[in-house]
Amino acid sequence: MTLLTSPPSASKGRTVRHRAVTGRWIAVSLVLLAGIAVLMVLSIAVGTGYPIPPTEVVRSVFGGGDEDARWVVFTLRMPRTIAAALVGAALGVSGGILQGLSRNVLASPDLIGFSAGAATGGLIQILVLDAGPLAVAIGAVLGGLGTAALVLLLSRRAGSGGTRLVLIGVGMGALLTAVNGFLLTRADAGEALSAAVWLTGSLNVRTWAYVVPAAIVLGLTVPFVVALSRPLRMLELGDDTAIALGVSVRRARPMLVALSVLLVAVAVAVAVAVGVVALAAPQIARRLARSPSMVLVPAGLLGALLLVGSDVIAMRVIAPAQLPVGIVTAAVGGLYLVWLLSAQWRAGRG
Amino acid sequence: MLNAKPLDTGSDKPGSASVEPVQAEISGRGTRSTSSRSRRTRVRVVGLLVLAGVLVLSVGASLAFGSGPAGPSDVLAIVTGQRTPQAWIVIGHRVPRTLLGLLVGAALAVAGLTMQALTRNPLADPGLLGVNAGAAAAVATCIAFFGITDVRGYVWFAFAGAGVVALLVYLLGSQGRAAATPERLVLAGAALSAVLTAYSSALVLSNTNAFDEFRFWQVGALVNRDMSVVTVVAGWIVAGLVIALLLSWPMNALALGEEIGRSLGIRVGQVRAAGAVTITLLCGAATAAAGPIGFLGLAVPHVLRFLLGPDLRWLMPYSILTGSILLLLADVLGRLTAGNGELEVGIVTAVLGAPLFIALVSRRRMVRP
Repeated sequence: MTLLTSPPSASKGRTVRHRAVTGRWIAVSLVLLAGIAVLMVLSIAVGTGYPIPPTEVVRSVFGGGDEDARWVVFTLRMPRTIAAALVGAALGVSGGILQGLSRNVLASPDLIGFSAGAATGGLIQILVLDAGPLAVAIGAVLGGLGTAALVLLLSRRAGSGGTRLVLIGVGMGALLTAVNGFLLTRADAGEALSAAVWLTGSLNVRTWAYVVPAAIVLGLTVPFVVALSRPLRMLELGDDTAIALGVSVRRARPMLVALSVLLVAVAVAVAVAVGVVALAAPQIARRLARSPSMVLVPAGLLGALLLVGSDVIAMRVIAPAQLPVGIVTAAVGGLYLVWLLSAQWRAGRG
Repeated sequence: MLNAKPLDTGSDKPGSASVEPVQAEISGRGTRSTSSRSRRTRVRVVGLLVLAGVLVLSVGASLAFGSGPAGPSDVLAIVTGQRTPQAWIVIGHRVPRTLLGLLVGAALAVAGLTMQALTRNPLADPGLLGVNAGAAAAVATCIAFFGITDVRGYVWFAFAGAGVVALLVYLLGSQGRAAATPERLVLAGAALSAVLTAYSSALVLSNTNAFDEFRFWQVGALVNRDMSVVTVVAGWIVAGLVIALLLSWPMNALALGEEIGRSLGIRVGQVRAAGAVTITLLCGAATAAAGPIGFLGLAVPHVLRFLLGPDLRWLMPYSILTGSILLLLADVLGRLTAGNGELEVGIVTAVLGAPLFIALVSRRRMVRP
């Protein structure tokens, strides 16, 4: 797909622009949306304890249906499902931004040290301060934001450049991972185990109190995501090219990074399951949309799909017990990426 | 899309032009005066000798200091043929531990160097081929299903697990008509690692005892390993180091690009395959023996490249020495700093190495963004 094919001063005064929103992009997005809807209904239907037939779920959503069912759907199940969708979308977009900025397929919030910082913040709350869930969530967000801020500060002083940012992030991540390892090995085994379970990410007991603030914050970021999509695509071509194409690199890059960090912070506050979704969703979305550059909206949709689907599996696979959703996400995301890579490589599409 | 950038040409000694030394030597013409080149060579040889001396000192420190009652006098006594009451600590615990530190440190550093050269990606860590995840999955399986909780019991499984996963990654990456490029291998490795980590977590988190064992393996430690562990991995690590050294020149040529490499007579596919095998041997054996010590393989080659430039014929021997020294010193520090207990070497390496690494990355003017 060719990018800007003629300069603005072209003969007819028209500019041929690269169309990011191709037919394929729209199709993929619509399919993903449909998939998310289906999986959300399924998730509400098969949630633990009180199975509800999917038709009943749909009826409840639109106002009808049994009173008990409505209560279960709206009070117990729906917040969890929506939380999964929001967290997944946030992670997908965040990972896409980071991968586009650093032009490296391995970039994910793990790599700017955010995940390790969030883990450290949470672990300190759990293992050292023995705090409750709200304090743990706050600790995780503060830890993550603090680490990301430090990484950004250090890389700003070093001069711009996506790779340098990620390198510093990797170093910080390694440092904090060691601290986490220290905390985990020095604690009592039982406490360490529950801390480790928290680390893998969980959507258990996610109520509207979690979902509503998260939804508001994420809703506010949507216009920014849309507006910054094009600068991101241009930045992927390199700073010089982006400047030549009219993108204000000095403004766009920090805004994109801030956006990415904000999204991850929200995700961590709700569910902690970072990592694989942020890494895999953008890659899968890009390949599905057959786009040469990052596609943020499909990445977000795919992230949501991935997490909601993983939640369904996590709730059912070893019923009545529940697996931490982070484990399922890693397995599902990883397997799907393996399959997709395999299919594409076999078909000869690098 | 992995950006296929060649390695950074680290800024050279002041006063000399920062030109690819490899390119100059290939073309047969020196782009700088012969005297300054041979001066640089002499400096580097001296540097190697100095490092070798530091290594000997590190080995001595590792033998002499620790959390047990044995001290330098005991080491001297053993060397001169006597046996003090605490000699068994030195011989039984510290000798294997020191040997392991030597091997693992060198293995990780060289594996990281090879990985970065192969993928031409400064973020490349030897664990990216899925080796760490494979070893971890094998260890988790051993602990959870077979109840094997001693390193001596599961070291072979861990190594086998690492090897199997590397093979799977390679098979996945070489599907279709195109060859298994490094970008493919890394992506495949990342995907498979995610799956395997999920499996390990599921096993370990459902079982308190298993978790209790696993969390200590996971931080990376040299403690509680005796000569049997060393003998298991020593051969593989040495073999891997030898192959890596032999690959220095071909990988140098490959760093200039596939086409140039091919025109210089390098069999690209074979070199890459050999490189992947080396990484698997080195990183797999090191992880099997000591657990995943992640940071060394990324940081040491990076730092050395800043100082020495991209020529692998220098970077390899320097990596071997530097990796061993750093791991040994980190281990000694871990033994001494934690009062009654010990600080695992994986923790010390990261806690000390990361700030230095960050400082270096921040300060140095990178040639390439």
